[in-house]
Amino acid sequence: LQFNSSRVKSTLVIAEHDDSKLAPITLNAITAASKIGADISVLVTGATASKVAEQVAKINGVKRVLVAQDEKLKNNLPERVTPVVLASHKQFNFKHIIAGASAFGRGLIPRVAAKLESSPISDITAVHSPDTFSRTMYAGNVVVKVQSSAPVKMLTVRGTAFEQAKDGGAAQLENSPSFELKTDSSEFLGQELSKSERPDLATAKIVVSGGRGVKSADNFKLIYDLADKLGAGVGASRAAVDAGYCPNDMQVGQTGKIVAPELYIAIGISGAIQHLAGMKDSKVIVAINKDPDAPIFQVADIGLKADLFNAVPEMTKAL
Amino acid sequence: MNKSYPMVMRVLVGVKRVVDYAVKVRVKPDKTGVITEGVQHSINPFDEIALEEAVKLKEKKAATEVVAFSMGGPKCQEVLRTALAKGADKAIHIEVPDADASKLEPLHVARALKKIIENDKFDAVFLGKQAIDDDANQTGSLIAGILDWPQALYASKVEPDGKYLKVTREIDGGLDTIKVSLPAVLSADLRLNEPRYATLPNIMKAKKKPLEKKSAKDLGIDVTPQTKVLEVSEPPVRQAGGFVDDVSALITKLKEKGFIKA
Repeated sequence: LQFNSSRVKSTLVIAEHDDSKLAPITLNAITAASKIGADISVLVTGATASKVAEQVAKINGVKRVLVAQDEKLKNNLPERVTPVVLASHKQFNFKHIIAGASAFGRGLIPRVAAKLESSPISDITAVHSPDTFSRTMYAGNVVVKVQSSAPVKMLTVRGTAFEQAKDGGAAQLENSPSFELKTDSSEFLGQELSKSERPDLATAKIVVSGGRGVKSADNFKLIYDLADKLGAGVGASRAAVDAGYCPNDMQVGQTGKIVAPELYIAIGISGAIQHLAGMKDSKVIVAINKDPDAPIFQVADIGLKADLFNAVPEMTKAL
Repeated sequence: MNKSYPMVMRVLVGVKRVVDYAVKVRVKPDKTGVITEGVQHSINPFDEIALEEAVKLKEKKAATEVVAFSMGGPKCQEVLRTALAKGADKAIHIEVPDADASKLEPLHVARALKKIIENDKFDAVFLGKQAIDDDANQTGSLIAGILDWPQALYASKVEPDGKYLKVTREIDGGLDTIKVSLPAVLSADLRLNEPRYATLPNIMKAKKKPLEKKSAKDLGIDVTPQTKVLEVSEPPVRQAGGFVDDVSALITKLKEKGFIKA
């Protein structure tokens, strides 16, 4: 039975995944979608989309899973996913199209929005009503509540601002409407992912971060050792990344990852505005720094004025 | 030099005038926006990186011309002059009255760009990955969508290769590499390059470089806002919790809070 959904308010969430597992930020995006109060469909695109779609179908609140499985959609390049989203929108006339505010979502949502003549709203932190949202600006120093009159509300969702949707659903899988892909304009050549046994930075309960004060890549071992004792993810300030102490994808801040763990331990980090933007929603912040005037102490729940080269090994040993 | 570079690669670079990154912004008492009057402004840092990359490509003879554009109030001309001093050949200012400038959305900028590119051929648009004022991170992908060009966002390395750009991108779990055919849109991430300073002689020379003014009206684009700001506020202030004396006191506190098993 094909019901005419054009008269029913409905929301499309675009799933992010790595060809085998759903990215956790999609679960946060589904929770944000559920606050809008419309039927939720999730679109899964990719070379192995049906496998991921089965995971999506079990998520509580998901009504319909649209599957676009095609070898040409491997790696989900935005140029190729856009026509699939547009074809789905044409059929179902969604009022909201949503993705997580990750590199994937940020690259895709505005591209689709341009085609729908809709101004997107980035990185929302709250849903007040179907057309009213909050987000931050100026590196998290300003919160703005906005009302959108865009024909389609195109949103990316800050993962840390919404809970992850739980399992408990039983949605039907459905093939997405047919689409036509151009494949000549972009090509995926390869990737180099940082391999780590540690918890994912964006979702870890505890994060230990190092900054310029750590002084070298070798010294970063101190940070890793402490993190491992705590079962924590590891982050870094921009200064530490720029100095080559650790890879870019560990950067926490306005231009890196935004985290909000239960416990954030900032070590040798002064606490520039741009870094605070990425971690100041953490539940408990601990700062270890030898400069008592470092701005990080103004947001820290617990401060320890100490030389990190003494304090961190001592702490690791005591755990 | 690689002979397969396009004969004429012309690059359009977006530069936005924003409140300087070092300024601690303050919300207006009536909660309608932030205080921007009398506050230091400069080129959005990511746009400086995008511009630097375009100028470097020109120095390597992989680009023939670098044109800077900015959309906004009259003062955008200052950042365009800076862009000219850093190596742009000419500049285009899409002027809107100051009163409307704060209501401009990335979608409007994308529409303006489309018109400029329809009038005058460009092979690439380079932008910063995000502006540090609205933190929207939209314009690159919007422009690519509106032009139907491929997009290479968050670039940390750019290699021109004939009619393609090979681009290494910063993604969530590390890096990936893609190839996009020209014309294309590229956005610069922090680590793409180290922007140069404008030297005094170049600042003087920049005063003589062409700066073309167009209005949104001239371009015939719709700049009706789709996003209305209802309230601007400051986030809740965190209270500093004070210091502990030593590592064992710190560990005791963490145990009390249940982060470490006692």
